[in-house]
Amino acid sequence: MPRRRPDARPLTRRLALGLLLTGVIGLAPARAADPVRIGLVTALSGQSAKSGEAISRGIGLAIDEINRAGGVLGRPLELVARDDEANPSKGVLAARELIQRAGVVALIGGLDTPVSMAIVPIANQMKVPFMGPWAAGTGITRNGAADNYAFRVSAVDALVDEALVAYAVKTYGAKKPGAILVNNAWGESNQQGLVAALKAANLPSAGIEKFEANDIDMVPQLSRLRDAGADTLFLVGNVGPSAQVVKSLDRMGWTVPVVSHWGPAGGRFDELAGPGAARVHFVQTFTFAGNEAPKAKAVLDALKAKDPAIKSMADVTPAVGIANAYDATHLIALAIQAAGATQGPKVRDGFYKISGYSGLIKTYDKPFTPERHDALGPDDYVFARFQNGEIVAVAK
Amino acid sequence: MLTGTLISGLGLGSMYGLVALGFHITFAVSGTVNFAQGSAVTIGAVLGYVFAVRLGWPMPLAIAGALAGCALLGLAVERLLVRPFVTRGSDAWLLATVAGGIILDNALLFTFGKEPRSLPSSLVATPVEILGAGVYPLQLVIPLVGVAAALAIRAVFQRTELGRGLLAVAQNAEAARLMGIDVARTVACAFALSAVLAGAAGLLIAPLFSVSAEMGALFGIKAFAVAILGGIGSATGVVLAGLLYGLLEAGVTATLGSGATQIVVFSVIILALALCPNGLLGRAGVNKV
Repeated sequence: MPRRRPDARPLTRRLALGLLLTGVIGLAPARAADPVRIGLVTALSGQSAKSGEAISRGIGLAIDEINRAGGVLGRPLELVARDDEANPSKGVLAARELIQRAGVVALIGGLDTPVSMAIVPIANQMKVPFMGPWAAGTGITRNGAADNYAFRVSAVDALVDEALVAYAVKTYGAKKPGAILVNNAWGESNQQGLVAALKAANLPSAGIEKFEANDIDMVPQLSRLRDAGADTLFLVGNVGPSAQVVKSLDRMGWTVPVVSHWGPAGGRFDELAGPGAARVHFVQTFTFAGNEAPKAKAVLDALKAKDPAIKSMADVTPAVGIANAYDATHLIALAIQAAGATQGPKVRDGFYKISGYSGLIKTYDKPFTPERHDALGPDDYVFARFQNGEIVAVAK
Repeated sequence: MLTGTLISGLGLGSMYGLVALGFHITFAVSGTVNFAQGSAVTIGAVLGYVFAVRLGWPMPLAIAGALAGCALLGLAVERLLVRPFVTRGSDAWLLATVAGGIILDNALLFTFGKEPRSLPSSLVATPVEILGAGVYPLQLVIPLVGVAAALAIRAVFQRTELGRGLLAVAQNAEAARLMGIDVARTVACAFALSAVLAGAAGLLIAPLFSVSAEMGALFGIKAFAVAILGGIGSATGVVLAGLLYGLLEAGVTATLGSGATQIVVFSVIILALALCPNGLLGRAGVNKV
């Protein structure tokens, strides 16, 4: 057999390898586009967990639609979520990590006002847009920063408080309402709002009482309000403590009407509060129940199709979370698209460029301006209550 | 309002007293404090919910099942988190029980879920009116259970063979073993009993409040404070301290508002311990040489 040159085989091998690599690189498809990441910091465990679930669902539905239509700037949208456990310190850590390590283009917040209030300064400092889909503390968007990156598709406490007072007067003929509020930043925000709204409506207050989020018994505070002659009560608190307030009222045998912020909507209020739950009327930005709009039906069908755990309307109970988050995500995508870039300042200015969007809650017309970072106003609020585990709009 | 405050305070105070009795028992028998007590409160309520609501058992059966589950938990805690360290003369059981409590709470979060749920009870269906205050029958049952438990435990310790065996083990484990007392089994029983008391507290409070994976943590901490306040070596002391604590908490909330409650209550506890360093009814340990 003819002897081969000593280094022929290695050379052939190297040549073959080289040809192979060139072929692979030459024939390989174009690299898949990097996704545009949006961060979510919300309560995924604990008392407010159902709110986090609702927000995630709303965002998920919106992202599916956006990606089916080609994504933003030709890139798919991706969600990175972190659990803040309703704790401001954890929320701040999560926000920092999402911005610095995960490189998110925008942050979406959660239910708890104290957490959002802690995250907003970080967002402003690091120039990353923050979008609030639920927390209603006035100071989140109206934070006095010269360069404001905080936006919101949700209720605003100052406006909600005006709506609560108006509703109490119109529905119950309230003459001397009292207030029972949770003792945290959200309660504070509403205290200011209620005091201002009552003053504007020329109504005396029977008193403003506070409770701690893990109090079991609110009878002392409620007794003071009853003794002061309160004829209606304003309630601000998450679902657990709100249920305890209702149970305390039942124990006292006090059938005073209760007009509430949307805390009760954040969980299984009627299961926790018992039969007295139906008496509480609370504000919402959206309800699925009885909503005949085609977009609402389409989104509800998509929701049921995507998540088989949803068997009845009682499983869709925090509808505001789903709806707010859904519209918020679409608006973020529109802002990025309008900005033509993913840098924070440009996306922020992109929000101002959105001219119109046919959303789930309403049709938005120039939703954001430099003076107004809140897309929803008092005309968008609707009052609802629990009926058989579902949230239904109160008949007008 | 005074009646309502009084009844609220007694009810809540009995809760703390029941859980504190658990601390007393394990301390009296083995010189260790079981910081997983708070988790036993949660587990009692969660098991009650699972048996009564999810599985539909009749309430007495559900309660029995929940308490049995807590007893098993107590045995497990003693075997896994306390005994390995005590036999080596180490104090690491302290951290081990704290860690065990945290692990249990998080396991519950995964299995039971994150949402608070309601445990219905016929004792909270309609309030009765007592001296102008609306009170649920359950709120009257709770202090009765607490006091009955304290008296029963004192009787067991002082008058039964098992109880005296428990005390003997506490005084001198070696001598007790020589006298034929099964030290290991005695200590295990003590832990089981203490978990059952905590679970009972959880079951009693759940219909007034809600069942959630985090309900026991704060209870455990306050109950420990109550146990120290009452003198961890005295059964009647801890229950008495619990009632006083509950009344103080309710009283401060009623007069000053719930923002001031923790500040005032814990300041009073510090003052009380400064005046009675071994707790209200506790006694300084005597080392016989």
